[in-house]
Amino acid sequence: MTTRHDTTAPPVKGGAAPGRPPGDAASPEEARKRARLSRRWQRDLRWSPYAFVSPFFLLFAAFGLFPLLYTGWASLHTVELTAPTDMEWVGLDNFTRIFDDEFFWNAAKNTLTIGIISTVPQLLMAMGLAHILNYKLRGSTFYRVVMLAPYATSIAAASLVFVLLFGRDYGMINWALDLIGLDKIDWQSDKWPSQIAVSSIVIWRWTGYNALIYLAAMQAIPQDLYESAALDGASRWRQFIHVTLPQLRPTILFTVVVSTIGASQLFGEPLLFDANKGASGGSQHQFQTLGLYLYEQGWINQHLGRASAIAWTMFLILIVIGIVNYVISRRLRASS
Amino acid sequence: MRAARTRTARRAVVIAAVASLGAGLLTGCADDGKDEDNSSSGDSSGKTTITLGLFGTMGFKEAGLYEEYEKLNPDINIEETVTERNENYYPALVNHLTTDSGLQDVQAIEVGNIAEVVETQADKFVDLSKVEGVQPGGWLDWKWKQGVTKDGQAVGLGTDIGPMAICYRKDLFEKAGLPTARDEVSALWAGDWKKFIDAGEKYKKGAGKDTYFMDSPGGLINAILGGQEEKFYDTSGKVVYKTNPAVKEAFDLTAEAAEKDLVQAQTQFQPAWEQTISNNLFATVACPPWMLGTIKAKSQPEAAGQWDVAAAPTAGNWGGSFLGVPKSGKNVEEAQKFVAWLTAPEQQAKLFAVQGSFPSSPAAHKLPQVAGAKNEMTGDAPIGEIFAKAAESIPAQVIGPKDQIIQQGLTDNGVILVTQGKSPKEAWENATKTIDNNLEK
Repeated sequence: MTTRHDTTAPPVKGGAAPGRPPGDAASPEEARKRARLSRRWQRDLRWSPYAFVSPFFLLFAAFGLFPLLYTGWASLHTVELTAPTDMEWVGLDNFTRIFDDEFFWNAAKNTLTIGIISTVPQLLMAMGLAHILNYKLRGSTFYRVVMLAPYATSIAAASLVFVLLFGRDYGMINWALDLIGLDKIDWQSDKWPSQIAVSSIVIWRWTGYNALIYLAAMQAIPQDLYESAALDGASRWRQFIHVTLPQLRPTILFTVVVSTIGASQLFGEPLLFDANKGASGGSQHQFQTLGLYLYEQGWINQHLGRASAIAWTMFLILIVIGIVNYVISRRLRASS
Repeated sequence: MRAARTRTARRAVVIAAVASLGAGLLTGCADDGKDEDNSSSGDSSGKTTITLGLFGTMGFKEAGLYEEYEKLNPDINIEETVTERNENYYPALVNHLTTDSGLQDVQAIEVGNIAEVVETQADKFVDLSKVEGVQPGGWLDWKWKQGVTKDGQAVGLGTDIGPMAICYRKDLFEKAGLPTARDEVSALWAGDWKKFIDAGEKYKKGAGKDTYFMDSPGGLINAILGGQEEKFYDTSGKVVYKTNPAVKEAFDLTAEAAEKDLVQAQTQFQPAWEQTISNNLFATVACPPWMLGTIKAKSQPEAAGQWDVAAAPTAGNWGGSFLGVPKSGKNVEEAQKFVAWLTAPEQQAKLFAVQGSFPSSPAAHKLPQVAGAKNEMTGDAPIGEIFAKAAESIPAQVIGPKDQIIQQGLTDNGVILVTQGKSPKEAWENATKTIDNNLEK
């Protein structure tokens, strides 16, 4: 399929541009020179692309592959951050004890619940917003830029504002609840309120981003589908259900996969939500995610071996999630 | 025609990009060379630059001590890098120490970490006890010993300490019908933290619901534990926090105060806690000298003079740091001399006058900047005298490598829960489970 320049067009004698110089009319010396040049040309053709892509792979090897292998090695040892070269082989101990580590499973559960209560509303809202923006609107560019603004804000800044909003004694949300006669909620120390608060930061940040992805996909849907649906007497809502949604299926799948990966790595929002307790995720670890637990073990408690084992377990869980996603998407594709 | 032009344009862009990349690489190398020069034999003016890695607000610069040293030693130039929170500073320091790279000439170490550094990283630091002018007698005995290994190597020289007193609001005490004169207040709870709780109950009866007797459960348990000779580790270095009756007692006493609604459900140094100070809603706070600075920073101007300082039921220490000189620094010799000068009594006293960091050197306590110190937040109370007296009676405390983790577990995963309606028993279980999991290698 690929076109090789050196074989495509046969050299034309006396043409405007000489192609490959004819071989027969040359002296042996010239022929050798030509052969050398051609070898170099071929070598260039074969190896240069590798040189061009090598920076990425070198960086990947240094910052991706090496840490992965090193954490794998470290996870089989008892090793502390205070003396990283001082390793004591313990085999799979670090992994087997994860099975009875209630803090790990608590963190896994939190990651799952926070993931669900942030991803589901986020994608639904993004879909709704995209649908509205897909109508002809005055100043649509303005709305699109505004929607992307939260995504461009740093997590740290956003979380700090949310912490103030969700404050127990002086927070604006509790003040508003009080105003309409409801009880104050301790957003940081109770399980569900704290998880909802953390999710709200995630939702705020990513809804606009997903909405723009949906919007882009919606604009690629051929207009005549809507026209013929309208001719058949379908309402706006029916058009959305029967034209837009099926057409968006691959996009929806993409956002679900990306959001799932994002949710399983949730770290910054819960870390900053309680600046003092930091990585413990609240007094009772009520919003400690797997990312936080990993960080707490590695960087606060300085147990590199345990942290590495947690990292690898998370990696394996992510692979399982990836496979499940793949299977589901294949089923969906097959059924459509 | 157009195509040709864009092609030339594109080529020009590519060439420019390649050229700038190349130039970048070249200048990168050139910069490196210059850096090398800078550090080993001084910059163009022949000066040696001593770098310091600090956390929080240690205030050497603010107190003008760098300038003074630079004036005394014209060929020295001093630069500091400050990380705001020790939680962020310390892991980075450990990383730099274990890889032996990226260290400044002088590194600060917080008291909560000093045991771990002395135990695990001593070989990365020079022995400061050999430096001219440094003598163990220059520091309070317990402070000196905290920075020294078993075989006598001084890993860090003490800067400040945190002798604890109780700061209280005179106006709130008066409203609640408690005495307001500092001696009477001290006598109210002298010698026993149980009496402090009793005073709190009296306060609660008189003052009603809006204000709290003390700021936070963390502050209270910290103050009680600060006066114990043994808290989390025994003298042999074993973790004993779960079986040490003193720890359980401090925990239960704090839990009792929380159940009686005497402490507010706050975590210290968080925005909500700061807002509570600003709104004048608690009557006492455990108060090392540096806390006066925090109170001042977070209070409304009207609060000046409303506070006063009484002695704590038992004297204890909260806070303080050390300065160490890593062997792999670039100016080890100069850095040692500088650290010895910076932690000498005169400089400690100057630091106290500006920054409120209380000197760890007994000689400094007698200097006029300390002995005669007054403070406007506390209605010109003679804070120098009060804190010096507290400093003398602080017991030598056994500190262990993981003190910080244990302490934080007891507060943030323990007593704070009682203020949120959990039983003391549940809170203790939650705390010990968390701590044990954090200690397990």
